[in-house]
Amino acid sequence: MSILNKILTAFRGGAREVGESIVDANGTRIFEQEIHDSKTHLQKAKHDLTDVMAKQMQSTREVNRLKASVSEHEDYATQALDKGDESLALEIAEKIATLDADLAQQESALTTYSGHVERLKELVRKTERQIKDYERQLSMVKTTESVQKATAAITDNFAGSNSRLVGAKESLERIKKKQQDFDDRLKAAEQLQDETVDKSLEDKMQAAGIGETKDTAASILERLKKK
Amino acid sequence: MNTQDIAIRFSELNSYQGFSFDCQLIPGDTDVLQVVVSDYEEIPVYISITETQILCISYLLSEDEIVQEKRGEMMELMLEINIPMPLSSFSKIGDKYVIFGALMAKSNFEDVVHEVITLAENSVEAISALTDYLK
Repeated sequence: MSILNKILTAFRGGAREVGESIVDANGTRIFEQEIHDSKTHLQKAKHDLTDVMAKQMQSTREVNRLKASVSEHEDYATQALDKGDESLALEIAEKIATLDADLAQQESALTTYSGHVERLKELVRKTERQIKDYERQLSMVKTTESVQKATAAITDNFAGSNSRLVGAKESLERIKKKQQDFDDRLKAAEQLQDETVDKSLEDKMQAAGIGETKDTAASILERLKKK
Repeated sequence: MNTQDIAIRFSELNSYQGFSFDCQLIPGDTDVLQVVVSDYEEIPVYISITETQILCISYLLSEDEIVQEKRGEMMELMLEINIPMPLSSFSKIGDKYVIFGALMAKSNFEDVVHEVITLAENSVEAISALTDYLK
């Protein structure tokens, strides 16, 4: 069963009570132990792998050396035959036979090492994936637990402080009202700003004698004199 | 970063993008940090931290606030607006419907602040979208 299914089953099966543990602490510990064991296995597999890879390299070098040696001695044997030294040629041929036997042995060892390397690499890959998977599952369980505990803490806090969780609609109305208040204040401020700008412009125009000029005592007297 | 670190950083932060914050540690089995964003005081954001993630949660409404006949329709709407709603998703804890955002455990403080603001804004958007289904 997948871990999500386990969590869901725990929810449906009465663990709905806030704060109640989804997977008991023991279960989590076993899980953690499994991850720890897998990591130990992985470490060992990697160690084995480096060992075998070293042997594989040595073996490859040895195979190459023997191959070179065989062809070298074949060359010597041919030279001995050319010189008509049959008995030396035979001696060299015996040496080649020994080298051939060694080569065959080394080649078979190399095949075995290469096989080991392949298997160990596969094991390392699988173990790494397994650990990742365990960790992901453990994280799901722990997150679920953490969220439940957090909810319990929050609920207790509300109960303790005598404040209640306000309903969604009421919260929304309060927030909207606050935003409206803010908007209104902003608008009022803008209006005030506009009015101030208008006013100062008017003042300037007045001073320059442009637009609607107010009657001054002097201008009134002037007008009266003209009548 | 643990909840205490975040609490300290929030208290040092006077304002961010015009918002101010008020935070309070809630003791319990798991440390929870309550962050109140200015202008969104009614819907606090709760932060808790696990090994892998920083969880920011806001509680939207309780089961008993929903008009029962419209419950299915409401759930469908929640699924539909889940993706368009930036950075937050719906969930349910016990009988409470919530929205939440999850951050990587190694996120920096700016990311957390941004998440908290987004969550507060999204909460209001979400409740507005759901009012037709509430009593």
